[in-house]
Amino acid sequence: MSVITYRQALRDTLRAEMVRDENVLVMGEEIGVFEGSYKITEGLLKEFGPRRVKDTPIAEEGFVGAAIGAAMLGLRPVVELMTINFSLIAIDQIINHAAKIYGMFGGQTSVPMVIRTPGGGGQQLGATHSQNIELFYSFIPGLKVMAPSTPAEASSMLRAAIRDDDPVLFLENLGLYNSKGEVPDGYAEPSNDDVATIGRAGVTREGSDITLIGYSRMAMVATQVAERLAKEDISVEVVDLRSLRPLDRQTFVDSVKKTGAAVICEDDWLTYGIGAEIAASIQEGAFDYLDAPVRRVAMAEVPMPYAKPLETAALPSVESISTAIKETLSAVGKRVG
Amino acid sequence: MADTAKPKGGTARASTSRRRGRKDTSPGLGDEKPEVLLDYYRQMVFVRQFEQRTGQAYTQARIGGYCHLNLGEEATVVGLMTALQERDYLFTNYRDHGYAIGKGMDPKRVMAELYGRSDGVSRGWGGSMHMYDTETRMLGGYGIVGGQLPLATGAALAISYRGGDEVVMCQMGDGTTNIGAWHESLNIAKLWNLPIVFVVINNFTGMGTTVEMSSAEPDLYKRGAAFRIEGERVDGRDVLAVRDTASRLIERARAEQTPFLLEAWSYRQKGHSVVDPAKYRTEEQRDEARSEENDPIQIFGEKLAKAGLLTDEQRDEINASVKAEVAEAADFAENSPHPDVSTLFDYTYASPVPNESRRMPADPVFAE
Repeated sequence: MSVITYRQALRDTLRAEMVRDENVLVMGEEIGVFEGSYKITEGLLKEFGPRRVKDTPIAEEGFVGAAIGAAMLGLRPVVELMTINFSLIAIDQIINHAAKIYGMFGGQTSVPMVIRTPGGGGQQLGATHSQNIELFYSFIPGLKVMAPSTPAEASSMLRAAIRDDDPVLFLENLGLYNSKGEVPDGYAEPSNDDVATIGRAGVTREGSDITLIGYSRMAMVATQVAERLAKEDISVEVVDLRSLRPLDRQTFVDSVKKTGAAVICEDDWLTYGIGAEIAASIQEGAFDYLDAPVRRVAMAEVPMPYAKPLETAALPSVESISTAIKETLSAVGKRVG
Repeated sequence: MADTAKPKGGTARASTSRRRGRKDTSPGLGDEKPEVLLDYYRQMVFVRQFEQRTGQAYTQARIGGYCHLNLGEEATVVGLMTALQERDYLFTNYRDHGYAIGKGMDPKRVMAELYGRSDGVSRGWGGSMHMYDTETRMLGGYGIVGGQLPLATGAALAISYRGGDEVVMCQMGDGTTNIGAWHESLNIAKLWNLPIVFVVINNFTGMGTTVEMSSAEPDLYKRGAAFRIEGERVDGRDVLAVRDTASRLIERARAEQTPFLLEAWSYRQKGHSVVDPAKYRTEEQRDEARSEENDPIQIFGEKLAKAGLLTDEQRDEINASVKAEVAEAADFAENSPHPDVSTLFDYTYASPVPNESRRMPADPVFAE
């Protein structure tokens, strides 16, 4: 075991997969000479050369579509979109093409590609650069959407995404790149076959009073909330969704059946957000077990402001999630620490 | 000499049917072998009759959805498809039936796809706009205008990445030259030296909007200039001119590893799709589009007749044998089974993973 950053886990795993499989190439804006806006591709151009590390023009529709076309002929492109906000420029290629080609042509050609892209607010990037729109892609049959929250998950899930034969939107987070965690020895070896299962959530912390559900950065925040509330004698079970499509409903429903209450924390907007789907699934799967309404903690529904106090107020936090948990527990007469 | 300058303001380069520098031996037929010429003629008649039958089946509600026909485009279809090698890849827009057949797909299975049957080339999942066949390397008709351009560019990238000698042809309509994907794809193709030929089918109208109404530079073949991509215009009513021009550009793309642009103009004899009566056309425009002198089959047939290569009897014979083959395709489609509903979830993902939804509309999320 060693402790590394989420960024390092991604970078080293990507490199290992490039060593392992000649068909893997990386494409995107500023990923070669500049070594990536967030340095996930650091050193790759030097090691693999411009054939396998392709700096692209600022043309998201063009290069995402080109990656899809290359995948149709059997390459395994890993595309970096500088932020998920820029995926909007490529959305026709992602939704109308990557997600459709396998089904629309009767299963003749798969599209083995990965679109890596960070979401995340809280960086004072303003309204167009702070959105979390993974929902758009999680809505679409034909796409797989993965959202790791720790360095270990980032490594095993990126490996899974690259080796999978379907188009995967791989959601990273600006707020996670510098976070640290343990990774298994040999995580950076090309021979490593520790491949995460796409479509599986995980209970990352066991508890008995309430289930707290999150993904990506909010799964990390959820763990911080659980640690803090443990000191107040509240036992929080944390579920990390990890895969937004397919969605592992059974894992969080089983958890809610055990605890009898649920709070969902999400970095996107509440109305129609990911949490709405989770809440609907809980009412259908654990209706008789619920002691309180399912509560959602989500971003304030405004275009994200630049000014720091406004931005901070708009985002879910350890404090706001803790409050929602305490209110939910007190509503059902459970002891609140 | 073909009237290559049909598009308004056009200053097209002359395209003749000369091949390898040899002179024509008969008017407009080059030095091609009679059996090859007759084969092209038959292929064009085949596309014509196939599309007529398709229109008929559509009005009889055997075919659903959107349905766009290649009527008037036969010389372009056959010229382009005979210029392409078997190992080359093809991407097209939604007006794809003729191209699918021309690239080598079995017409019976193309018709079965139109009927939405399980023997269809895309197993009944695609329909008119989405013909696809890995074996013949027709990698799709695409229904979103411009959608196929980045994909085709990426296919050319894969060829280049592996050092292969295949070429990609990417067909599109005139309206596509104004969408972002056009600019992004041509730029990338040239920047990365990719072996691809972009082919613009100029039938002067994107649905009902003319090229002049939508394109600030209506000489479409010039529009590669912004990317230093050489462009040529060809009379798309002339099958040999199309074949020879396309062939030259394809082989240059293969040898020089660089993209080219070809504009082929021809008339769309009918509306945008089967259901469009094209009322936006003036009487004059409609007559021009449907006139015999602009009909590629008439044009080629007359040339062949003049050269003594096609008698009236031969013409009738070809018409009759094509008719029988097209009828056979329609019968095959009619008798092909509908896809079984049990296959509904078979093609969402190539790699199955846990928790994929197989829920029918009224099913509960959690099965008992």
